[in-house]
Amino acid sequence: MTATDLLRPLLVVAVFAVVPWLGVSNATLNFLVYMLIVALAAQGWNILGGFGGQYSFGHAAFFGTGAYATAILQVQLGVNAWVGLVCGVAAGVAVGLFVGFLSFRSGLRGSYFALVTLAFAEVFRVVANAAGFTGGAAGLLIRLEPGVATLQFADRRITCMLVLGFVGLGLVISTWLTRSRFGAHLIAVRENEQAAEALGVDPMRVKLGAIALSAALTALAGCLYAQYFLFIDATIAYGPWISVEALLAPLVGGAGTVFGPLIGALALHGLGEATKGIAGSVPGIDLVVFGVVLILVIAFLPGGLMGGLARLAGRLRTIARGRRPAVEA
Amino acid sequence: MYSTEIVLEAVLNGLLTGGVYALVALGLTLVYGVLHIINFAHGALLTCAMFMVWAAWAWLGIDPYAAVLVVGPLMFGLGYGMQRLVIGPASRHDDGNILLVTLGLAIVLENALLAGFKSDTRTVATDYALEVVSIGPLLLSQPRLVGFAVTIVMTALLWLVLNRTDIGKAIRAVAREKTGARLVGIDVDHVYAVTFGIGCVCLAVAASLLMPTFYVNPRIGGAFVLVAFTIVVLGGMGSVVGALLGGLLIGAVESLSSLYLGDSLGQLGIFLIFIVVLLVRPTGLFGARV
Repeated sequence: MTATDLLRPLLVVAVFAVVPWLGVSNATLNFLVYMLIVALAAQGWNILGGFGGQYSFGHAAFFGTGAYATAILQVQLGVNAWVGLVCGVAAGVAVGLFVGFLSFRSGLRGSYFALVTLAFAEVFRVVANAAGFTGGAAGLLIRLEPGVATLQFADRRITCMLVLGFVGLGLVISTWLTRSRFGAHLIAVRENEQAAEALGVDPMRVKLGAIALSAALTALAGCLYAQYFLFIDATIAYGPWISVEALLAPLVGGAGTVFGPLIGALALHGLGEATKGIAGSVPGIDLVVFGVVLILVIAFLPGGLMGGLARLAGRLRTIARGRRPAVEA
Repeated sequence: MYSTEIVLEAVLNGLLTGGVYALVALGLTLVYGVLHIINFAHGALLTCAMFMVWAAWAWLGIDPYAAVLVVGPLMFGLGYGMQRLVIGPASRHDDGNILLVTLGLAIVLENALLAGFKSDTRTVATDYALEVVSIGPLLLSQPRLVGFAVTIVMTALLWLVLNRTDIGKAIRAVAREKTGARLVGIDVDHVYAVTFGIGCVCLAVAASLLMPTFYVNPRIGGAFVLVAFTIVVLGGMGSVVGALLGGLLIGAVESLSSLYLGDSLGQLGIFLIFIVVLLVRPTGLFGARV
């Protein structure tokens, strides 16, 4: 990975970084923070699902573990929020390795992998809802206490910058995957596991690496969610909504691409807000739109928005090249 | 801990509930066996069917059991149309795409119901909902007993349709060898859609059996769908008899684990079985094909 590879991620982050300072409303900032948290979770999904081809339907397991770990450490043990964040990510990685080890060792892939991840997330949800140290069904409330040490900022623009920083990290990691040996191995395993193995790639190690990295980013999103909204319960942390959000954004934006998850999250949530603006606050109406968009993208736009953009660019180039001789003649 | 009678009653009531679970799973396993896809919209379709039964009762005054005569054909049409017009064309028969299209449909259906009916829980009031039948010292719920009997009949009927009719023969042919079936003149897309429709009829029957004793809200399908997946995986993907036996087993397990672990952890037993079966023996206990 060279410095020029980092140019595009930096450019995108810079564009997003300008928006909060243009005097936008608090509602817009709120939207941005939420959208970026979803994008971060989606970047995590994209590493395993997009680059690795292992479609998880249960990324809530990692998101929720990150959120609960950081919340429990702060609320029950009075640990510093930054330490909580690091521990949350570590806990997410541990859960990822656990789920990954069991499923990959059994050779689960495709629909079966989707089902087993879904079931793991549900187990976590049921346990978190019943256990005592998670606050049970009442959930956990993190005390409002703005400050750098508590990772809470009265100024939402700062929160926005913080989350954007982590999304930038996600972009860098994704770019690294497109340029590194590990990323090449991962894509090889996605395309043809037997062939990759025959060429000396260890699929188990590659997939475990991918799920660990994937879980880390999604758990990080969970930590940031808890720290921003200051309340979690089992349905928020481990509910199916975040598993679906984490998978929708990359699929709509373009699975296995660097910018797909971010573009997808922005497009979906932008569209969701627009729908709510037109239809009023009917519950679920934005999700109806998400579902329709997913089906339309699969039907008409293979490769998602990024794939569509790439094809458009290719066509424009062909047209440009095709015209030049005509002009000369 | 508990007396034999209480445990026995829990097992029997669990088996009866398991009958309805089996019915939900039957539709899922049939679609898997023929189309080789996991239909993630199954839970949302069950919710649709339950709302139809509720609407028939609330708006037209039709008894939930009788409502199946209306809801059954409606659900068949919905399933047929969905496969023919949405899932088939949108996925271009790529397995990964089918999975995602059915997920998209699940999101659309569930949230359209949420937008239309809000998240309120609705029930159907009948005068037989709380009737019990006493067998010796045991008390069994009458609606569940009816549900159980109907499940057995439905399974037998499905078996007959698959094995003794022309469309059943076509379905089995497509399940076994799609290209070959097309070569001998079977309209594969039609067979796919019919299979999907039959799967939805199973849901219509399950919905009309559930509604007298259960409730409906837009999110209810999710509670059943993982249970149905568990049953289907346990019984062997595509196995009709496996779905019936798996359903009964899971019903008993759920009933026992709620008895011993309490209601909030009751479903944990099911999920753990699910994960263990997936990890250890993903072909299921009775891994036969349709």
